[in-house]
Amino acid sequence: MAGSTKNRGYAVYLIPGIVASTAVIIVPLVMTVYISFTKWTGIGSPRWVGFDNYTRLFQDANFWASFGHIILLILAMAVVPTFLGLVLAAVLFDYIAKRFGDRWASVLRSGYYLPQVLPVAVTGIIWGWILHPSYGALNRILESVGLGSLAHNWLGDPQYALYSVMGVMIWFQLGYPIVMFMSGLQRIDPELYEAADLDGATWWQRFRKITIAMIRPELYVVLVTTTIASLKIFGQIFVLTRGGPSNATLVPSYFAYKNFFEKAQVGYGSAISTVLTVLIVVLAIVFLRLQNRAERTSS
Amino acid sequence: MTDRTERRRAAPMSDLAGEGQEGMTTETQDPMTLTATRAPQRRTAEKPALRERNPGRFLILTILLVLLLLIVAPLLVVAVNAVKSPADYAANGPLSLPGKLHWQGIVDFWNRVDFGLKLWNSFITSLAVAVLGVILSVLNAYALGIGRVRGRLWFLVFFLIANLLPQEVLVYPLYYLSKQFGLYDSLFSIIIIFTVIQSAFGTYLLTSVYTEFPKELLEAAAIDGAGKWRALWRVVVPVSRPTLAVLFTFFFIWTWNEFFLPLIFLISNDNQTVPVALGVLQGDRMMDATTTSASALIGIIPAMVFFLIFQRTLTRGIAAGAIK
Repeated sequence: MAGSTKNRGYAVYLIPGIVASTAVIIVPLVMTVYISFTKWTGIGSPRWVGFDNYTRLFQDANFWASFGHIILLILAMAVVPTFLGLVLAAVLFDYIAKRFGDRWASVLRSGYYLPQVLPVAVTGIIWGWILHPSYGALNRILESVGLGSLAHNWLGDPQYALYSVMGVMIWFQLGYPIVMFMSGLQRIDPELYEAADLDGATWWQRFRKITIAMIRPELYVVLVTTTIASLKIFGQIFVLTRGGPSNATLVPSYFAYKNFFEKAQVGYGSAISTVLTVLIVVLAIVFLRLQNRAERTSS
Repeated sequence: MTDRTERRRAAPMSDLAGEGQEGMTTETQDPMTLTATRAPQRRTAEKPALRERNPGRFLILTILLVLLLLIVAPLLVVAVNAVKSPADYAANGPLSLPGKLHWQGIVDFWNRVDFGLKLWNSFITSLAVAVLGVILSVLNAYALGIGRVRGRLWFLVFFLIANLLPQEVLVYPLYYLSKQFGLYDSLFSIIIIFTVIQSAFGTYLLTSVYTEFPKELLEAAAIDGAGKWRALWRVVVPVSRPTLAVLFTFFFIWTWNEFFLPLIFLISNDNQTVPVALGVLQGDRMMDATTTSASALIGIIPAMVFFLIFQRTLTRGIAAGAIK
């Protein structure tokens, strides 16, 4: 009880945070959920329609397509960079740094990380140009080396657009897991490795049993943050393809944006955003629980 | 002893060659490299010198350098073509070096979009958000981490969720409300919104740091007669300055790079930030290969400058974010 009186004076420090969060987060969040049950063009007053937006949503082929695209984007933004990053981080830390010196390892790491520091819109511009069908660099390069038959309308052909975006996203994301894992690897006690070597463990066994086990916290953080980032992806899609061609790269956030600001279907857009939010929060909770369980079993 | 260390050094190569076959498929399948790297592993005990002469030693480094080149290549291509005249590009294509440096494309683009103004808008917004966001995070974390106010767990859950929310779920009401309050199409709206959004992350991170804040320091301050307000500014903030520097850096760069909300809130030319100004021009009829590269290059340069300035804070910060 003494503790709570001693701590009483601290509550005032929370007031600015509570006021600001209410205005910018809580009120808009509640409003969006409410609007998702209405029909509203953004002008006049919303008309209550119950679950109509949601039933329409689950019958909308575009909605399912946008979530299908997200699954492929999770592959490109979370799964592939995490595994590639894990291997690259281990090689940089365990091989390059030891054989060629830390300088090499840190130069390579910074280079791989470079795309991450660029504004999302700028990466979109770079790739939008490189992949452009008429004046883009990639097709020009292919033609000049006699592989003109491989030239495609990378972002404009529904057959290739999503794969092109996936390639760009792998390029963009790879540096993040590398930096995270390398900083995690520094925690590992070298004696653990030496003990494993004494026991005659191979590099692969050591990688699995020690490296992965020790950087498990980073592994979870990277997987959660990159998966959530792929669910939220907007900027690259806006700049590269605007969801097209013929919705081949439509994603939930862009789908919601279109309904809000192009079609003036605010209620429907709100329903899309609400579903996306629920999905993200549920995913985060599942990941957190998995992480807690993993921590408990390992200790 | 030598046996052990030698093996530790030799082993990664053979196993990585095996691993590479799944991921990269090409060069690593060469049987020569496999035998070349496997062999010394077995023989290191007798002939450690063999390893030093082994040409396969550079194979992995080469692969990593090729990968580096692939990652940096788009930026190099942009840089090369940004300083090329349209005629030169038409004649020689994207890969040739410019005949002579042609700055006109960059200058024209700069003037056309009034880039100096966009830089200023981005800078002032990012700076304001970074300062205010850190202050708000400190106040929240002071109450939650050090003050341990009642219900702190629920507050933390709230900030965690706030941190996860997609901006799409907030955007329309924010757009509507900002119009009602006359804040639409103004940098103020963006500053207020991002201060709150960034501080949700800051609060979450800083609370875990402040939970382990040394009690003795606070008690010493209390004995000296310092109230909570003075203790915050004289003790807590100075001691946690490294973490605050990391937060400041993150907030600044994140805000600089933001695209979605600025795209919606800053519609007039005079208020646009750098990413918005560049992003909305894509697909414009005026854009050709060299102009697009020029626009990309002037978007890359500020980001690279921040990266170089903040590099040490950033790497430290990425680590701090991971190990909660």
